Amino acid sequence: MRPERTGSQPVRSEQDVVLARQVARKLAVECGLRLVDQTKLVTAASELARNTVIYGGGGDMDWEVVEEGSRKGLRLVFRDEGPGIADVKLAMTDGWTSGNGLGLGLTGTRRLVDEFSLESAPGVGTRVTICKWN
Amino acid sequence: MSTLSQRTIDAIRSNESQLLASWSVNLEASGASRDTRIGHSEFEGQTREFLRLLVAGSATGDTGSVASNEWSETRAFLEKLSRSRALQGFDSAHTAHFIFSLKRPLFDLLQKEYATDPAELANQLWAISEMLDTLGMHTIRTFQKSREEVIARQQEELLELSTPVVKLWDGVLALPMIGTLDSQRTQVVMESLLQRIVDTGSEIAIIDITGVPTVDTLVAQHLLKTVTAIRLMGADAIISGVRPQIAQTIVHLGLDLQGIVTKANLADALALALKRSGYQVGKAS
Ligand SMILES: Nc1ncnc2c1ncn2[C@@H]1O[C@H](COP(=O)(O)OP(=O)(O)OP(=O)(O)O)[C@@H](O)[C@H]1O
Ligand SMILES: [Mg+2]
Repeated sequence: MRPERTGSQPVRSEQDVVLARQVARKLAVECGLRLVDQTKLVTAASELARNTVIYGGGGDMDWEVVEEGSRKGLRLVFRDEGPGIADVKLAMTDGWTSGNGLGLGLTGTRRLVDEFSLESAPGVGTRVTICKWN
Repeated sequence: MSTLSQRTIDAIRSNESQLLASWSVNLEASGASRDTRIGHSEFEGQTREFLRLLVAGSATGDTGSVASNEWSETRAFLEKLSRSRALQGFDSAHTAHFIFSLKRPLFDLLQKEYATDPAELANQLWAISEMLDTLGMHTIRTFQKSREEVIARQQEELLELSTPVVKLWDGVLALPMIGTLDSQRTQVVMESLLQRIVDTGSEIAIIDITGVPTVDTLVAQHLLKTVTAIRLMGADAIISGVRPQIAQTIVHLGLDLQGIVTKANLADALALALKRSGYQVGKAS
């Protein structure tokens, strides 16, 4: 697996969430994802970007077009240096929210993508990585 | 700190008509005064007024600080000028040029006045230059602010324009949503829809999301709230424009839209709404 192309995108405001979605969509098309998978990935990116802004106090989205044999995929990393998640298991429960959300962003995202990993430490920050293959 | 000497002010006063003439020649050369958006007499009035204020301001005020009290009338004049130029669609260069093109005539005048006193000439040139520069900058700043206000207003108008509430049939309203459903806009949309339901006494509202590219949890939350509010008012809601890829995404996200009637497109939603309202639609044979 070798990285083909990488980049980064600030995720600090509501406007940045829109931009992150647009970048994700453009890359998803480039990676040859089908319309359904494009939509799933863009929706996942939207969830994570919004969490980064709302709970993480802003951060960045790193993207990477990855290749494995004849397969292409898109990997997105959302990272922030916010308060972190104290109880990851709880946060990864359908319907649990510490704010005013539906509590479906993280769990829904995991169901929308092929690879999902969440690292978080209280006081250090949060890092969510997702990947979707064509 | 520099000020214009009495001698300079007197020179400006006694050469007013000459100054105005060469200033307007300069303005004309740049095409500024030939623009049809501003009438000739209006333009003349503006140059005359500005020169008058300039003399009045510099008689008492420091040429480097237009923020001071002595310049308040001049500032007010320039602000009005900038604002009207911004509204007329001019760019900031045009507006600043109005002031900067007065430099040449004033410099010429001073050169003649102080022909035998180069030290004082330099002194007064600096003072005038500083004054016109600060006034010019002030104009640009004001102009910029006015433009931003214009843009902000247009964005707001767009916000409202892009969310029309359309009456499809007696008792049936449709709300075609287009673009990003950020929270601010969704609020506006929801309010106008609810108000229209009241105003028209409609029984069915169709929310069409064909033009919404992404339905995530936040968008869904807004939709759910809107549907709940519509129901509380005793009306029914249908969500249309749920394309296959959106439907699949909603399922994976785990969103529960059960109890909400959804349709793939607006036509199907209208057909259902008509049926529910007791209409029968068929081909006239
Ligand atoms: N980047 C982050 N930093 C700190 N806490 C986070 C972060 N992302 C998620 N969380 C925590 O995890 C919880 C669950 O997140 P999730 O996205 O699943 O739900 P939500 O954002 O509350 O609601 P929804 O996404 O459905 O609108 C959040 O309420 C928040 O407490
Ligand atoms: Mg969330």
